[in-house]
Amino acid sequence: MYSKVLSLRFPRKIVNEPVVVNLVKKFDLTFNILKATIYPRKEGLMVLELRGHTKNYQRGVRYLKEMGVKVESIGQDIKRNDARCIQCGACTAVCPTGALYIKRPEMEVIFDSEKCSACELCVPTCFSHAMEVKFDRMLAG
Amino acid sequence: MAARKGTKSIEVINRRIRQGKVVVVTADEMTEIVRAKGPARAAREVDVVTTGTFAPMCSSGAFINFGHTKPAIKAARVWLNRVPAYAGVAAVDIYIGAAEPAEDDPLNRVHPGQFKYGGGHVIQDLVAGKRVTLEATAYGTDCYPNREMRKKVTLDELPYAMLMNPRNGYQNYNCAVNLSKKTAYTYMGVLKPEAGNANYSTSGQLSPLLNDPYYRTMGLGTPIFLGGGRGRIIGPGTQHNPRVKRHKKGTPLAPAGTLMVMGDLKQMDPRWLVGVSILGYGCSLAVGLGIPIPILDEEMAAFTGISDEEIFTQVIDYGNDYPKGQAKSLGRVSYAELNSGTIRFQGREVPTVPLSSRVRAREICEILKEWIQKGEFLLDEPVEPLPSA
Repeated sequence: MYSKVLSLRFPRKIVNEPVVVNLVKKFDLTFNILKATIYPRKEGLMVLELRGHTKNYQRGVRYLKEMGVKVESIGQDIKRNDARCIQCGACTAVCPTGALYIKRPEMEVIFDSEKCSACELCVPTCFSHAMEVKFDRMLAG
Repeated sequence: MAARKGTKSIEVINRRIRQGKVVVVTADEMTEIVRAKGPARAAREVDVVTTGTFAPMCSSGAFINFGHTKPAIKAARVWLNRVPAYAGVAAVDIYIGAAEPAEDDPLNRVHPGQFKYGGGHVIQDLVAGKRVTLEATAYGTDCYPNREMRKKVTLDELPYAMLMNPRNGYQNYNCAVNLSKKTAYTYMGVLKPEAGNANYSTSGQLSPLLNDPYYRTMGLGTPIFLGGGRGRIIGPGTQHNPRVKRHKKGTPLAPAGTLMVMGDLKQMDPRWLVGVSILGYGCSLAVGLGIPIPILDEEMAAFTGISDEEIFTQVIDYGNDYPKGQAKSLGRVSYAELNSGTIRFQGREVPTVPLSSRVRAREICEILKEWIQKGEFLLDEPVEPLPSA
């Protein structure tokens, strides 16, 4: 079993097409949608966790790319600006996936982008504005 | 040497600093030393213990004199990057408070407000060498006819800038939970409903006032690490309250003593003065504060040997009780428990969230230790102690 959180950017020409359902029908994958938005210029953004056998996962991702969906690992969307981070830990109150956590006993605040679901709750919660969303790239899809 | 056996004076310690013979350890290291060797031996071996804390500290700000203009102005209202400063001091003297939001900030009109820029950010920008827009309006007088001015200034160009924080370094602070049914956006961070998390904001065994619980070595004049530079304690801070219940080792079980501190802003560092935005609450400034504690005798060694297991605080409900002004302790937890990641509260495990940076507090202890070891930082006897009862 393989699972990964991906961000999918749908260009406007396929935003009305059934795409995600085919991941189930054609490739025997399961998914959990964490976020879905359509932007004013009709591009779509979806964050989902895709789960299945490695081979099926790879085929599924290839299918998405052939359909014109831009597939990216979610870690690329939320970044921590380490120069701004003051290592307090306030963000860990709201992070639902444990991507932001405290390493003990050092009490160091770690950001594991692999676990990040891009919910963005940390962005306004962070005292020092260290958590950054790459909006431009999201709209570029 | 005039000192009695088993005691050391500040004078003796300063001589050892100048001679490069001083033994300085951090509060973390002192905890281990006292645990292993006992306070009597620790007092003989160690001269100074460095303490530190780095967290948002409201009740911070800076006095600024921006210099006389041509024509001259008696500024009545002043803004720095659109953040209002208090101008009722003198013609071109102002005080910029860390908690002041920008003039056009939407505040909590859409709750929870984000408070992206405020007085704390202005202070950080100045210290970082950025240009800040200064605007002033005035009613005009015979000696100061100018009604309006606007200019860009940098910290270097300001004739005077003094960080002056009326209340920093709280000796212990509450552990905050929210027992209401909706998320609370507080100065203690985001608190999820029904005790979803427990937030706390003290550097525990590294915290300055928890290492000198009865303020034996601190008071007016004590030299400190402040915002990456040097500063001094200038008295008890606002809300300083030594009369709270204490543990048998002396540490208070609730918020107690506080410090008023000051230091020249021009020698500070933006790494240690960070403007912060607290969701739904407001703006503030994270302040790096470090205080050296002279190990005058066995008692001071025992005090500075305190560990997180022996420091306790109270759990307060910020969902219902605190906003009503009826805060009451719902339980007692140690900093060792808080640092473990969960506390046991009302029969269940509640995840804990630190708001005060241990990593950066440790760094302050190390920097201060280095300054003292290099002979660059001397101690001083307080001119007037902090009120201890």
